[in-house]
Amino acid sequence: MSRAEVLEPGGGGGDPADGRRGAGAGAGAGAGTRPVSPLWTFGLFRSELTTTFRRWRTLALLGVLAAVPVLIGIAIKIETSDGGSVGGGGPEGGGGPAFLTQITNNGLFLVFAALAATLPVFLPMAVGVIAGDAVAGEANGGTLRYLLVAPAGRTRLLLAKYAATLVFCLAATLAVAVSALIVGALLFPLGDVTTISGTTISFGDGLVRAVLIALVVAASLIGLAALGLFVSTLTNSGIAAMATTVGLVITVQILDTIPQLHGIHPYLFPHYWLSFADLLREPFYWDDVLRNLGLQGVYAAVFGSAAWARFTAKDISA
Amino acid sequence: MAPNDSAQITGGNDEAGDLPADRRRAARYVVPVAVAGVAAATIGLVPALAASGDPDLPKITAAQLIEKMAASDTERLSGTVKITTDLGIPSLGGLGGSAAGALAPKGGAGDGTDGGSAAEPTGRLMELASGEHTLRVATDGPDKQRLSILDSAAEYSLIHNGGEVWAYDSASNEAYHAEAPADAAKGTGKGKNGAHGKDQAVPRSLPATPQDFAREALKASGDTTSVTVDGTARIAGRDAYQLVIKPKQAGSTVGSVKVAVDSKTGTPLKFTLLPSSGGKAVVDVGFTKVDFSRPAASTFDFTPPKGTKVTEADESKAAGKDQIHKAPKGAKELGSEPNVIGEGWTAVVRLDTGAKAPTAAASKDMPAEAQQFMDALGDKVEGKFGSGTVFKTRLVNALMTDDGKVFVGAVTKDALVKAANEAK
Repeated sequence: MSRAEVLEPGGGGGDPADGRRGAGAGAGAGAGTRPVSPLWTFGLFRSELTTTFRRWRTLALLGVLAAVPVLIGIAIKIETSDGGSVGGGGPEGGGGPAFLTQITNNGLFLVFAALAATLPVFLPMAVGVIAGDAVAGEANGGTLRYLLVAPAGRTRLLLAKYAATLVFCLAATLAVAVSALIVGALLFPLGDVTTISGTTISFGDGLVRAVLIALVVAASLIGLAALGLFVSTLTNSGIAAMATTVGLVITVQILDTIPQLHGIHPYLFPHYWLSFADLLREPFYWDDVLRNLGLQGVYAAVFGSAAWARFTAKDISA
Repeated sequence: MAPNDSAQITGGNDEAGDLPADRRRAARYVVPVAVAGVAAATIGLVPALAASGDPDLPKITAAQLIEKMAASDTERLSGTVKITTDLGIPSLGGLGGSAAGALAPKGGAGDGTDGGSAAEPTGRLMELASGEHTLRVATDGPDKQRLSILDSAAEYSLIHNGGEVWAYDSASNEAYHAEAPADAAKGTGKGKNGAHGKDQAVPRSLPATPQDFAREALKASGDTTSVTVDGTARIAGRDAYQLVIKPKQAGSTVGSVKVAVDSKTGTPLKFTLLPSSGGKAVVDVGFTKVDFSRPAASTFDFTPPKGTKVTEADESKAAGKDQIHKAPKGAKELGSEPNVIGEGWTAVVRLDTGAKAPTAAASKDMPAEAQQFMDALGDKVEGKFGSGTVFKTRLVNALMTDDGKVFVGAVTKDALVKAANEAK
């Protein structure tokens, strides 16, 4: 395949994804003769974004994530329809994900409960699939070398792929949060929000906190996204990269529950994930949230640069 | 960058495998390693650097410092407290019965949490007796206090405002209400085994902040104690003197008690109890953040949110009485006639349970496995008093003799045996 053919904007039939790639890379080639312009990176990023979000796989993942709050909401509605309380109301009431007991009083708590329920498994799994597939999937499909024919540079391509993965992190979190908000509003009353410190704030303030929490949850996945991207550069098999990333998530989560290993817990990326609940205290308790964000930053830097080292030095044969 | 990249894409160049290219590749991996190294060094060094800067403060004698603490009129304060307790016992809530005397806090927890509401204060506060917890405290004068235990994704708040005490447990969405603190104290105090009942009044007399601990430690001291000032420290961003309290008597399990006292306000900021056996602190309570300005008035407001199950103190008292009847006979009688031997740090409390100790009664009532379990928990000892079993924690030890006497104190095993011999 000649270079011109690949770069022809929107050119070629075949896989529509490849066609879009052409468009993105074409925009890059146009600017390639001049000194680097910001638009150039942006074109590559946009092409990555459309490729990611037009996949059926991505849409299915988002659909599954959006279905979780629906399930939780309906389950609680049914359980409490006879006037009973959640969790049997025993002295140890409040088992299961956090915030479940509050949902019947305020639908907004479904947002927090759904995020608390999806953050340990569903969200990282979805991110692991997308991040793991980012490079390895292209290599597997044989499209990676054509992507690199464009003089965009491997670093730039990697950055674009990481940025697209981060956008997916945000989209996945918002899918859960928005779906939970809609279900919560439909099934349960809305109103003033009781923080977990026992104080009451207005519904508007509660919504602001929900948005803040969604952002923190999305940011909690930054480290995992970098880890997945690194794994993705190690192999040419998309499936292997996805499985490894998801497997790593599960392994690390298990390590995080073994009390004898408490010495290493603060360095495990999921350790502070549930700290987003600290934003529901009055006043805010930032310590663990900041620790979480710092840890994610370190993971992103370490595994992002490892992915860069690997990807820029790799033999691309497919 | 770009030429390098396009050269590699062809693959042909790679096959040549010339040394400089290989070296360049290897060099790239230096970047992630360096990033990881810098991160690790930062995490390791920052606390060390922060801790090393002991502030320069004018010299002060121990007596002056204690005076300063006594004169301290800190009425307004808010902050975050970290409490770490390591008594060297597994966190078994149900250990209660046999060890109730030795582990009063723990045994209390076993009895307290079963009674009614999840929001009842006594049981919840007893959780602090083991593990690591983060608390938030706020005080504004004698009438307004707030104490919150920060759990994972939940919070337990105890709010005292004027004549009312509220407790709210966000995990179960339950609240507990008592009219006035004095009444609440009486109500819950009854549910406890007598000897320690007075320490368990709710909410103020239960030590949770460094101030409370320091007050208790100084109360216990007398001629038997050496009190010195040992340097300075920075606690929660404030300059503080370190007050060291050491028992003079041999045989105590308490090695030393360190209290960091704020140099300006005289408020204790950190309390550390080190065991004489060495190792980690048994109790370590300290502010990680502290603010001496008036907390917002809304901090002390509480109205139970709708849908919250509220338990009134009266109902809970009834539940507590129920508990007493259900409590194992031995545990109830443990508190019947405490008898203090010795004084100061090596004081030993003698209790006559009347009944045979579980170890002696075992042959009849207890399955062999339970017998083994009991033996595994304690060490067999013999002396002039006969024989018995010593149950050990890192701070408090208890000797249960085979004829049903129990000796409890913050003393070593040998001192317990000696006390038992003398009591014979």
